[in-house]
Amino acid sequence: MASTIRVRAINNGDTTEVQALIQHPMDSGFVKDAKGEIIPPHFIQQLTFEHNGKTVFLADWGPAVSKDPYVKFAFKGGAKGDELKISWVDNKGTSDSTTAKIA
Amino acid sequence: MSAAKKTAMSVTRNIAFGAVLMIVGAMPARAASEADFKAAMSAAEAAEKQADQLRNKWLTTETQLAAAKKAAAAGDFDAAIAAAREAEALAIASIYQATSEKTRWKDMEVR
Amino acid sequence: MRKALPLASILALALLAPALADDKPNPAADQKAFQTYFIKRFPKVKYEDFVNGPYSMDAGLRKQWEEKEEFPPYEFAVETGKEMFATPFKNGKTYADCFANKGIGIRQNYPYFDEKEGKVVTLELALNRCREANGEAPYNYLKDEMASLTAYMAFTSRDKKMDIKIPDDPRALEAYENGKRYFYTRRGQLNFSCASCHVQSPGEHIRSEVLAPALGIMNAMPIYRSEWSGMGTTSRRLVTCNSQTRAVPLEPQSDEYRDVEYFLSYVANGLPISGPGARP
Repeated sequence: MASTIRVRAINNGDTTEVQALIQHPMDSGFVKDAKGEIIPPHFIQQLTFEHNGKTVFLADWGPAVSKDPYVKFAFKGGAKGDELKISWVDNKGTSDSTTAKIA
Repeated sequence: MSAAKKTAMSVTRNIAFGAVLMIVGAMPARAASEADFKAAMSAAEAAEKQADQLRNKWLTTETQLAAAKKAAAAGDFDAAIAAAREAEALAIASIYQATSEKTRWKDMEVR
Repeated sequence: MRKALPLASILALALLAPALADDKPNPAADQKAFQTYFIKRFPKVKYEDFVNGPYSMDAGLRKQWEEKEEFPPYEFAVETGKEMFATPFKNGKTYADCFANKGIGIRQNYPYFDEKEGKVVTLELALNRCREANGEAPYNYLKDEMASLTAYMAFTSRDKKMDIKIPDDPRALEAYENGKRYFYTRRGQLNFSCASCHVQSPGEHIRSEVLAPALGIMNAMPIYRSEWSGMGTTSRRLVTCNSQTRAVPLEPQSDEYRDVEYFLSYVANGLPISGPGARP
């Protein structure tokens, strides 16, 4: 299955800037469908970015985050060619992960 | 006339008056009849139909028509008639808008 | 007892309208006037930039948009659209068989006036007709499938210039005029015309939204709206714009909608296709 995570990481000397777009319905559990029934909650609960085995970004998400979330952040360190590991787990226990090279 | 007789007459009058009031109060209020609602609704729907032919219905007209039907179904003809009259007024306004806009649109045109 | 407005007086007013009608329609002159109006009003906006809607009007919004364009939210819809476009129908044919150049890089030619049918044909309409001609059920004009398909087709036409033709046919001129009239006519309880927002007030706020200029507004279609958390078709936008003025929307792909798309696309001839667009 194709990865749900698109990521780009660019090193600027001291810091590395990371952008990621994740494909996920992020259903809050508060929205009703056309029949009037609640669409069950289905959202990412934890999102992790790791560099050299160390967590550089950790997000604990809930129903407030919208569909197909986009994340952008920067961290100190990282070098061109280094690997960045991104993974998420949702409330149904589904998960996905990918690795990207820092450019 | 003696004082006693006057008092007796006024009491009788009051009782009679009271009886009339009670009879009137027991009758259903004239404006809240289903027939009146049907007439108001019919007028509103006819106006909305004209607005539809002009391809210019308003959402608020539709909301009022629905509210009128709902109130009537619950037996509240006062509210139903009020909503139907509001719907008719909105429909008439939308008809006026469509008709006057047939020429007034040019006021907005970039030339 | 109340009566509805007498039908006779309404008819009288309606009949009076053509008598006040202008001389022969001149779309080329309209187009020039339309483009000049926006160029003059917004001298700091680069010509091609009008197609970026609110981002050509508001610097803060633009910055957020430029960042998001590195990872655009419409990427998924374009990919889905590409897959759908390549998937054969049950009878073995594909969308490519219905369109010129196999359907690639042709979006800027839509809508066009079909002289056989005597009506304007939009891209959404053409796609559904392609489906029906090949034994498939048409897609709902307001939902995801049509949005993904048109997003993909728009994407293949990125940067090509809008190129709408009005043949020398009185029916085509009439369709163009209908579209123009629709655009400028006030509707709904709020009494706005499309022009109220997009000609009189581009760059201004309506509640929290920044209004886009009408020039090039079709060039960015279909659009991924954050408000919709997804991609939406031109049909969807026209329907929702109607509801927002408290007008009962017409059926998607009604004559009026097809004609207004025709008008708006024609007056933007020469401007690049920027679709699919991302909007708040």
